[in-house]
Amino acid sequence: MTKLDIINEVSERVGLPRNISEKAIESIIALIKETLAKGEPVILRKFGSFHVKEKRERVGRNPKTGEEATISARRVVRFKSGKYFKQIVNSGVS
Amino acid sequence: MTKADLVEKISDKIGLTKKQTELVVNTILDCITNALAIGNKVELRGFGSFRVRRRNPRLGRNPKSGAKVEVPAKQVPFFKTGKELREMVDGKKSS
Repeated sequence: MTKLDIINEVSERVGLPRNISEKAIESIIALIKETLAKGEPVILRKFGSFHVKEKRERVGRNPKTGEEATISARRVVRFKSGKYFKQIVNSGVS
Repeated sequence: MTKADLVEKISDKIGLTKKQTELVVNTILDCITNALAIGNKVELRGFGSFRVRRRNPRLGRNPKSGAKVEVPAKQVPFFKTGKELREMVDGKKSS
């Protein structure tokens, strides 16, 4: 599933022209990205939350060559799925 | 930022009512949830992708009583950050 499928679904369910749905979806994604870029969490009830985590520098290993390499300190996004999302995913396929 | 903050800001920005905007947000989240429920993945360019990861069954322990418990195999939603978002958050390439 891609953005296009979501645009179609939003247009149908909300009754909006495709270009408006697209604009809305793009704006929502952009706002979530900007919020995370500022280091702030995005909490979407039932679905889950996105947090920014600080990672310290550590020594890793290239899994192919086995060579050691220093992985620099960085900030990464972590997604924690909500209870409802977890339940749906588990009941869908078994 | 919560869903209510998101709805408020987006409805101001693109001129939809709060009701419509909330429905847009919920529809997006439903699409992602339902796609994963049937085993599909969702890719949003520049943002990231959602997919299902399998967790093997394992022997866990009740942290209070110390009793061993069988934790069954399960499937969990997994988000992989896209390149653009990763770089925005890390701030090394953009600034």
